[in-house]
Amino acid sequence: MPVIEAKDISVNRKEQKILNIFNMRIKEGEVVSLIGPNGAGKSTLLMTLSCLYRKFSGKILFKGLEVGKDITPFEYRRNISMVFQEPLLFNTTVFENVASGLKFRRFNRKERRKIVYENLERFGITHLSNRLARTISGGEAQRVSLARAFTIRPNIIFLDEPFSSLDKPTKDGLMEDLGRNIRDLKITAIFATHDRDEALRLSERVIVLNQGEIVQDGSPNDVMNYPCNEFVASFSGMETILSGTVVKNEGGIITVLASGEYIDVAGDIAAGKKVILCIKPEDIVLYPVSQKLKSSARNTFTGTITRIVPSRFYQKIYINCGFPLVAYITNSSAMTLEIAEGIKIRASFKATSVHLIKQ
Amino acid sequence: MDLIKEGILKAIKLLISLDREIIDITFLSFKVSGIATFISVIIGVSAGTLIALNEFPGKRILVSLVNTAMGLPPVVVGLFVTIFLWRNGPLGFLGILYTPYAIIVAQSVIATPIVTGITVAAIQQIPKKMRLQILSLGASRMQMVWMLLKEARLSLLAAVMAGFGGVISEIGASIMVGGNIKGYTRVLTTATVMETSKGNFDVAIALSIILLLLAYFINLILTHMQQRGHRR
Repeated sequence: MPVIEAKDISVNRKEQKILNIFNMRIKEGEVVSLIGPNGAGKSTLLMTLSCLYRKFSGKILFKGLEVGKDITPFEYRRNISMVFQEPLLFNTTVFENVASGLKFRRFNRKERRKIVYENLERFGITHLSNRLARTISGGEAQRVSLARAFTIRPNIIFLDEPFSSLDKPTKDGLMEDLGRNIRDLKITAIFATHDRDEALRLSERVIVLNQGEIVQDGSPNDVMNYPCNEFVASFSGMETILSGTVVKNEGGIITVLASGEYIDVAGDIAAGKKVILCIKPEDIVLYPVSQKLKSSARNTFTGTITRIVPSRFYQKIYINCGFPLVAYITNSSAMTLEIAEGIKIRASFKATSVHLIKQ
Repeated sequence: MDLIKEGILKAIKLLISLDREIIDITFLSFKVSGIATFISVIIGVSAGTLIALNEFPGKRILVSLVNTAMGLPPVVVGLFVTIFLWRNGPLGFLGILYTPYAIIVAQSVIATPIVTGITVAAIQQIPKKMRLQILSLGASRMQMVWMLLKEARLSLLAAVMAGFGGVISEIGASIMVGGNIKGYTRVLTTATVMETSKGNFDVAIALSIILLLLAYFINLILTHMQQRGHRR
């Protein structure tokens, strides 16, 4: 039985449908990421699932019990907790903040003390217990917020972009601790983020939302490597997305005409069908034009570098091959190839590294 | 200038000699304004919280009315309370006109909008998500309201100070509904006006100094509580 199930959930705001979920089931102990761009409906879905937002139609079932019918929203909320983007700490000490959920449940002082210190330790903030919440750093405050949510040992924890306001080193450390604690305590976690790397790192299932609807639901591998449509492809890091028509099908290899160029792709789709081709930038190999090329890659194009975007460890190269192509190469490779805007370059990729979406 | 100097000297003598009548007037002022502030805090904080936490048609109009009432002229309040408590008025059967109770009623009417208005602003300035955060930790609605009031405690203490400051210093309502009866409804402000009109500037100055000191000490205590809360 799923720990939480949403059926025919619909949320309207100013006569506009902002959430439309047909069916969503989350199993006990599952760690699920909701990903999508800003305004996709991630936060609204979390608010609705947690019954903090009540203006919706449809059913929320907690362990088979309908919230609002079989159990009250208050009884349901006693089984969940939520962490927001902002830590939203109370104006008191860290200890009192972490103890707040226990106070609401009328735990006695001795029990509170024991549980609070356990959870302060979980998130490495025992030394902050007597500090005022308003005097600690942003990363520490988010740790306190997480410890506060874990203290009540919820069945389900909802996390609404809890790392988005943190710097990378702080975020990395906190994600590590959060992931470990979720696994150790076997808590069901539903985590909204617009950062696919966060989703990949923390979750075992990814739900992609766009304009209030679920567009893909699967394992991180499925979503990242086999996107179901152009939107998911773009969101999962497929930088080159081309529309084309199958012109030839030869036993497992099809040829697609896209932007005036012929591209070989591993697949089996009848000639004449319209398709979308998605290529990851890390699957593209660049060579100098002068180099004679012998390779198993079936697709090789000569193009002009139109733009170079440097990053910490690699460079993002935009190439015009008659169609736009994006490749990642390391800084050292860029130096070896003497990469510069305006120069001619040869780009190749294998037929198997092209992901095909039927239109 | 001599008048002021003499007045201050006489005032100091009166204060040192602990004049019985002045002590009674001071105690009555403190009692009446203290009770009125207490009543206004009970009503104002409750009403302010209800207004701030609920969405309903006409909320903006109601908030603007409350904000306008924060500057309610005491004479207007005095006039209407007098009409209501008058022998033939709607509340005439209570028979409390020209008693300290009437002053408490009038001062409560003056202070309640002040406390309500500040409470609305104090609760509304807490991020809306804080309510959701409290509920998501398993709080009941009452526990959520209590947590919000605790979060707004510094502003609420400011509301108490503003409410007390408003009523301890008003005169119009007290004189109209209390009648400035010696030994019964005479408070510091009404006594000051009367002594000034009689030309007894020394007594008037003494009463003014006591009024200022009383307001100062009450606010000192409240400010101390507020700043201790701010540091915590």
